[in-house]
Amino acid sequence: MTRIDKNSSGGGNAVTVRGMVKHYGETKALDGVDLDVREGTVMGVLGPNGAGKTTLVRILSTLLAPDSGQATVAGYDVLRQPRQLRRVIGLTGQYASVDEKLPGWENLYMIGRLLDLPRKDARTRADELLERFSLTDAAKRPASTYSGGMRRRLDLAASMIGRPEVLFLDEPTTGLDPRTRKEVWTEVKAMVGEGVTVLLTTQYMEEAEQLASELTVVDRGKVIAGGAIDELKAKVGGRTLRVRPADPLHLRPLAAALDDLGITGLATTAVDAESGSVLVPILSDEQLTAVVGAVTAHSITISSITTELPSLDEVFLSLTGHRASAPQDSVPSETLEEVAV
Amino acid sequence: MSAATATAVNTDARIPLRSHLRHTGALVRRNLLWIRQDPESMFDALLMPIVFTLLFVYVFGGSIGQALGGGQDGYVQYVIPGMIAMMSMTLSQGVGTGFSQDFNSGVMDRFRSLPIGRGSVLFAKISVEIVRMLFATTVLMIVAVLVGFDINHWGGLFAAVGLATVFASSIMWVFLTLGVILKNAQSVQAMGFLVLFPLQFGSSIFAPTKSMPGWLQDFTDYNPLSTLADAARGLMVGGPVAHDLWVTLGWSVAITAVMAPVAIHKFRTKS
Repeated sequence: MTRIDKNSSGGGNAVTVRGMVKHYGETKALDGVDLDVREGTVMGVLGPNGAGKTTLVRILSTLLAPDSGQATVAGYDVLRQPRQLRRVIGLTGQYASVDEKLPGWENLYMIGRLLDLPRKDARTRADELLERFSLTDAAKRPASTYSGGMRRRLDLAASMIGRPEVLFLDEPTTGLDPRTRKEVWTEVKAMVGEGVTVLLTTQYMEEAEQLASELTVVDRGKVIAGGAIDELKAKVGGRTLRVRPADPLHLRPLAAALDDLGITGLATTAVDAESGSVLVPILSDEQLTAVVGAVTAHSITISSITTELPSLDEVFLSLTGHRASAPQDSVPSETLEEVAV
Repeated sequence: MSAATATAVNTDARIPLRSHLRHTGALVRRNLLWIRQDPESMFDALLMPIVFTLLFVYVFGGSIGQALGGGQDGYVQYVIPGMIAMMSMTLSQGVGTGFSQDFNSGVMDRFRSLPIGRGSVLFAKISVEIVRMLFATTVLMIVAVLVGFDINHWGGLFAAVGLATVFASSIMWVFLTLGVILKNAQSVQAMGFLVLFPLQFGSSIFAPTKSMPGWLQDFTDYNPLSTLADAARGLMVGGPVAHDLWVTLGWSVAITAVMAPVAIHKFRTKS
């Protein structure tokens, strides 16, 4: 049997990408991407639809050849050592890549056998992973009868069979409802706890915040920012004021009053209906003072006023000059409403 | 990269034959489980031989049989070996449509990101399709006997089925290629129909070619389905075999030699 080669990469990087280019005719899916993922960390690759995230993952998992550029994963060259590389990665695609006609157990057993596990080990591993991803009860049912969340969990389990060193999660929660999304997050966090290096692509700011320690922001095939999440936020420089009226009935008047100030930091004033507060993005202490002044002038009693780091949505806006074109069910914006004046 | 590393890498990259067999086995199991999960997928293999045999024998049997000089019973002896050829052809389309479906679900990405030989996925598909074909041939022979076909030489029958299998597996590479390059299963099916229909009817499968116009005879003479049908006929009911047998085998080898590398290449480089 083929032995798993030891990771031979230096510098503690599980993934290294240099000058990666992939064009589809006129479309520049990747236009010179550099990326480093340190071993044992979770790198979030954040960007809107069409930013090149999936193309990057497909190249790194040997499904697609780049036009130019180099990449290594766990010390193996993507172009020259694809077979060794495939042995140490796990891939969970944007669309659940399990065989829908097969029962959950059979899916996992099949992949175990394809990864050269002896029959007995493949059986044990399938049982173990079904148990761990709470799918034991559904083991014998075809995957086509699974709910979206169950299918995604089966997909994650399938990626884990070979005990990968590097795991690629391509938009693991796209299309899932918020509750199921949290389920998947819990599973991913558990996997990270076992020391797997994860490259996660997402268009959800909240997802990147939840799972990733570092972030690379991509837009139209280019990396436009990168670093630790908190650093990135600080780099953008803005803050968000959260002002909460004591009486919920004052929420709309307060919002209208603050919007009248015409302060536009990284975004416009918005109402967070869920927490009953108004969000004002500010860039300076003068603006903070102006907000407090406006509250006093309208004699609205407030119960709290706090400053927060900007959301990743705002980070993206300030970095690219346009809003991340996240779909309707994007987590953060779902609780925000634009103020109608 | 130093020479030493390069050597180590190469040894590790080679997939041993035993692994290939293991992978193909796991994928064959998958395709067989599909049949268990969805028995309706066997309907074509079950019904096609019944429906086609009854149609041809009872609709055309009388008149073509008369021309052959043996009536309907004579036609049964003529057409059944041809049906073996036709059946193998029609069912081999299934590899293309099944493959196309795999690509459109994410499961093919999973396979291609695993450290398995690219051929295993294709070989497994072909193996299972051959199982389906043998099932259909068994059904065909049962119906054939019921409508009056005499199995004179069992050895000849098995040889004919073997030859049809060899030829069909070469054609499957063509359909696998179509399955990889065409967008969806419907296109594969439509394309398959366009290729198969003229090949099947422009042949000696259903009727002797003597009465056809010259240009069509030229086509049917080179049509491998004619030689396959004629060889099967020779093997099962008697008559000259050697020429048709060799031509059919030649076609099989040629088609496989060209199309298998194309299919594997297309499969490997599909993005």
